[in-house]
Amino acid sequence: MSEKITLSHGSGGRQAQKLIRDHFIPRFGMNGPMTDSAILSAPSWAIAFTTDSYVIDPLFFPGGNIGKLAVCGTVNDLSVSGAAPKYLSAAFIIEEGFDMDELDEIVASMADEAESAGVRIVTGDTKVVEKGKCDRIFINTAGVGLLSGDLVHVSSGSTIKEGDVLIINGPPGDHAVTILAARRGLTFDTPLLSDCASLNHLVRTMVEKPEAVHFMRDLTRGGLATVLNELAVMRGCTITVNEASVPLHESVRGLCEILGFDPLSLASEGRLLAVVAADEAEAILERMRTDHHGRGAVVIGRITSGREARVILNSSTGGQRFLDMPSGQMLPRIC
Amino acid sequence: MKYVDEYRNERHVAGLAEMIKREVTREYSFMEVCGGHTAAIHRFGIPSLLPGEVKLLSGPGCPVCVTPARYIDTLVALASHMDITIALFGDLIRVPGTLISPGEAKASGADIRIVLSAHEALDLARSDPQRKVVFAAIGFETTAPGTALTLMQAEKDLVRNFYVLNAHKVMPPAMEMILRQGARIDGFICPGHVAVITGAAAFDFIPQNYGLACAVTGFEPADIMLAVLMLIRQVNLGKPRVEIEYARAVSAGGNTMAGRYMREVFEPEDAEWRGLGILESGGLKIRECYRRFDAGIVFPVDIPEPEADITCICGDILRGVSKPSDCPLFASACTPDHPQGACMVSAEGSCHSFFKYCCHE
Repeated sequence: MSEKITLSHGSGGRQAQKLIRDHFIPRFGMNGPMTDSAILSAPSWAIAFTTDSYVIDPLFFPGGNIGKLAVCGTVNDLSVSGAAPKYLSAAFIIEEGFDMDELDEIVASMADEAESAGVRIVTGDTKVVEKGKCDRIFINTAGVGLLSGDLVHVSSGSTIKEGDVLIINGPPGDHAVTILAARRGLTFDTPLLSDCASLNHLVRTMVEKPEAVHFMRDLTRGGLATVLNELAVMRGCTITVNEASVPLHESVRGLCEILGFDPLSLASEGRLLAVVAADEAEAILERMRTDHHGRGAVVIGRITSGREARVILNSSTGGQRFLDMPSGQMLPRIC
Repeated sequence: MKYVDEYRNERHVAGLAEMIKREVTREYSFMEVCGGHTAAIHRFGIPSLLPGEVKLLSGPGCPVCVTPARYIDTLVALASHMDITIALFGDLIRVPGTLISPGEAKASGADIRIVLSAHEALDLARSDPQRKVVFAAIGFETTAPGTALTLMQAEKDLVRNFYVLNAHKVMPPAMEMILRQGARIDGFICPGHVAVITGAAAFDFIPQNYGLACAVTGFEPADIMLAVLMLIRQVNLGKPRVEIEYARAVSAGGNTMAGRYMREVFEPEDAEWRGLGILESGGLKIRECYRRFDAGIVFPVDIPEPEADITCICGDILRGVSKPSDCPLFASACTPDHPQGACMVSAEGSCHSFFKYCCHE
């Protein structure tokens, strides 16, 4: 029988030391003494700092697992703020009895994803709780990124103006639908994978001309509809989206039709919205398409007025309506 | 996607809009009585495609909206029993009862699970024989056959821990009530999915007794536009009848097998519809031979009669007399985040649809 996590793994004693020494440190490439804080060097840029907790169910899903997600999610929060992600922390809350092999697989995915994103996991924590006090494993990651002065405007969208163009990097909703399907045991003719991915390299291609990118946000919980409405309210602008321009995988469309979900409200973990200057849109799209995670980049709409805060959807059948934020809990624990 | 893309084709829809515009000679009011239609009409922006003379009104077609608060109170009371699991459709979870919603009961520790079908609830019961699983059976002719078939299966397999708290309703009596109360409409966009089961003939009494136009309609934009065109033509010709727009799914006679299942398990009874009151033969009752599955009988609960909320005008909205925006609570005290009436809770509720897609107009 494979080794299990026990309460003593979280006790701070010998077993805890062993867990950290054997299972975390070598994979995360941590070196130097095990101190209470990682001491990091930073140039004189602004620092972006974010944190997120991951409680997804199921832990393993087509296209990733909770570990990969915990790295991508935090890397993306930093990236869409215009920052270059550098360091992550990783804190684990593990239920007694959790399978050590599964923990290893999760930690290995975190290490792989951190390496390909070019970030380092430099500090962490492990707590083990009694059976039934948490659902197998929860992970928190916090991240630090360096933000150069010419990208400070990106997270607030302060330079957005009428005529700006809206770009997304691929079809939204794959993550939410993959999780739902995994939970319900649904299968599709064309297998669907979560879009879970670190977008920092893609973002670097986009901000080559920092002043051309006016706003970025990743399309996580609440999906495109939420991000657009938050932006409209934050900047007091009217946003018009063309439904027919928003790409969707057939499986996502199909499941949404059957279950009555709005695909524009579904979460992704590797998709972003960017608002860019109209005259730079083509060049940005071209550069995005050179990155693996930007191949599906398309224009989906525009900032049509700088006055009223609202989001208008030109439906693919020719009608027009407001695109509102989703309300209530559509699908719990998808990240 | 087959059966979807061709019915959402912008050119087809624009063509129908053009034909409607040409044939309009007066003002028209048509009522849809299916929540699926209400949601589709707003989702696809159908009102923006119709000339100003054509008004669409939402009737009592969302099963959640017409479920009385008392039913929710009963569900919540049952959920407080330690050995009972409540299995319900996701739409019900946030519906406010007199005191709390099932969602709030769940947060306080009640075992309440969301299922996609009656059969999934039966599977829950089979997987945990120690627990008593109560399925919240709501809906019209569309969901009632599923409940019926599941009860027949439970009876056959001798499943002893599965129950149904039944609030199934049937649609034609509600349409008749609306007409008897003198609704000022010219015709009905008849519910396509209900008609798949009942057959289009179930609506024959409307042109025959009330002289109103009827089109049994599908749920895509081209379906709804074509149905509106059919209704306008019937009105213009003065020859009301039941036309089947949704011919790819609906026949005159309906699904006879589903009808047989329904009759095997249920019989008609007078039923309370939220906002409309007691409707004669407006609901379905579990027959004597399936009574041991009837949670309403097996687990009697003492629920105080809920006080009527006089400020919420759900009833007038469901009858098409008032628009959601006429309600004093709409978009102020009553929003999708804090629903007061059931019409605001369900995604297919008229207030919810109106709030989501048009309230800023």
